[in-house]
Amino acid sequence: MSNQFRIIKDKTANGVMSAITIVSLVFVIIMGIGLYIKSIPILEEHSLWELVSSSSWQPFKNDFGFLPFVMGTIWVTMIAIIIALPLSLMTAIFLTEYARKSVKKFVYPALDILASLPSVIYGVWGTIVIVPLISDKIAPWFSSEFSTGYTVLAAGLVLSLMLLPILVSLFVELFVCVPDDLRAAAYSLGATKWQTAKNVVVKKSLPGIFASVVLAISKALGETIAVLMVCGCMPEVPKGLLDACYPLPALIANNYGEMLSLPLYESALMFAALLLFVVVIIFNLTSRIILKRIEKNN
Amino acid sequence: MKSSVIFEKIAKAFMYLSIAIVFVMVASIIWTIFKRGFGCITWEMVSSLPGGGFYIGKEGGFLNATVGSLYIVLSSTLLGLIISVPIVFYLNVFLSQKSKRAYWTRLAFDVLYGIPSIVYGAFAFTIMIYMGLRTSLLGGIIVITLLIIPILVRSMDEVARNFPRDLLEASFSLGATRLETIGVVLRQIAPGIATATLLSIGRAIGDAAGVMFTAGFSDSIPTTLSQPAATLPLSIFFQLSAPQAEVQNRAYAAALVLTIIVLIISLAGRFITNRFSKHKLN
Repeated sequence: MSNQFRIIKDKTANGVMSAITIVSLVFVIIMGIGLYIKSIPILEEHSLWELVSSSSWQPFKNDFGFLPFVMGTIWVTMIAIIIALPLSLMTAIFLTEYARKSVKKFVYPALDILASLPSVIYGVWGTIVIVPLISDKIAPWFSSEFSTGYTVLAAGLVLSLMLLPILVSLFVELFVCVPDDLRAAAYSLGATKWQTAKNVVVKKSLPGIFASVVLAISKALGETIAVLMVCGCMPEVPKGLLDACYPLPALIANNYGEMLSLPLYESALMFAALLLFVVVIIFNLTSRIILKRIEKNN
Repeated sequence: MKSSVIFEKIAKAFMYLSIAIVFVMVASIIWTIFKRGFGCITWEMVSSLPGGGFYIGKEGGFLNATVGSLYIVLSSTLLGLIISVPIVFYLNVFLSQKSKRAYWTRLAFDVLYGIPSIVYGAFAFTIMIYMGLRTSLLGGIIVITLLIIPILVRSMDEVARNFPRDLLEASFSLGATRLETIGVVLRQIAPGIATATLLSIGRAIGDAAGVMFTAGFSDSIPTTLSQPAATLPLSIFFQLSAPQAEVQNRAYAAALVLTIIVLIISLAGRFITNRFSKHKLN
């Protein structure tokens, strides 16, 4: 085999592989453009502001108000982060600063299981355990009205469990990267373990913690099936934790069969997907760029 | 007692509480799924196709969904590997560690990884309508392939990045071209490829939002790529929304099957990581 041939082969491989890589880069852009083209009809009919600020959703009467879905998404995501953030921070601090190896051996597999379970299983668990818990135990405490249990709270709780393993693994990675010298310096000044963890480890990782939370939010925004199964699916703006809600992904998933009956309806759902796509990309880019910068500095 | 000591105690209590919550939740999920699932699973459910009147509680099983899921997952994993292994190889051998293109590619895959599967599904659906395709096995395979490529690339890349550069240089110094070092690289990152594959199988088999639009649903096992295919997560979802207890029971049984598959895959992944990291030098 001549060397010429080998070099040509190498060059061809370079070309093919860079082509594959570039295609996958361009794919992000194509996806955005495709969703945008599909949502043009609805954007021509209604202004962007009108779409996201109106709360009347009657597709067959040409009413496309996304406010209930946008608010539903925001509510559920917020609740999930509020529950998951302290839990995962404490777990991560425990794992990196306190836990003995023998304890870690049990905690990591448990987190692994949480991370590997499919979203539909969380949904099944939510309908069996969380929904009745809310309707029988929690809701009667706060109001005399009957609650089905399919609420913002149920969706937030289920979602927070799904975020937990993601957040913990991101936090652990950050905390492990804090140099031991800093901890030693804090101890030598007489700081307790907790003071060191709080004032040195967590403080040093704050930008990373911020980025991780943003990343978790973007994961939460797109979660579909688990949320769909416990959220109640009422197209109304939720007023409290015990109201039903209807986040954007659930809306898309629930109506894909129906939407073909009306061109504008299809366009509206694609607009919902576009909205999700743009927000998730912005959140993702922000957090990834921050995380990459941190990684580089270490 | 000094306040710092009290805070230490309080903080520790909260940590133990967090860990306890994690364990209780994992136990609750597994216990619920297993108890419900084993309570109603029968051999007929696992081994037969839906019969007449399946969705009002008559006889039949969810074999269509299990087989559909396997078809989609296995073929998309294979396709995904064929596309992503060259990308990882290109990123780590053909491009230098500090190149701008490598940085942007990695960032793009991070972003692709973050895009929700429902958006992939909706996008693929519009493309399929544009091309005049109906929901089909092929559509499901394509969407799941797109969904797992970022997972595969990211997790293989993580292993390949720590690949000792000396080995590359040794290979080059013997006169090998960049392409010819592929054997050296592949052998070194083999465990990484295995765990990445398992990770993406786990993700692919549990995905419902992507296949909902593209693979559709069907009561029979597809025999060609153009027929719609059922999947386990969707089968669980549809059956659970039925009002009859018999149909819901089958959803619990299907959930049990899915959970067991996923747990086995996750255990295998852990086993491979432990086993091969023993021989790692750094």
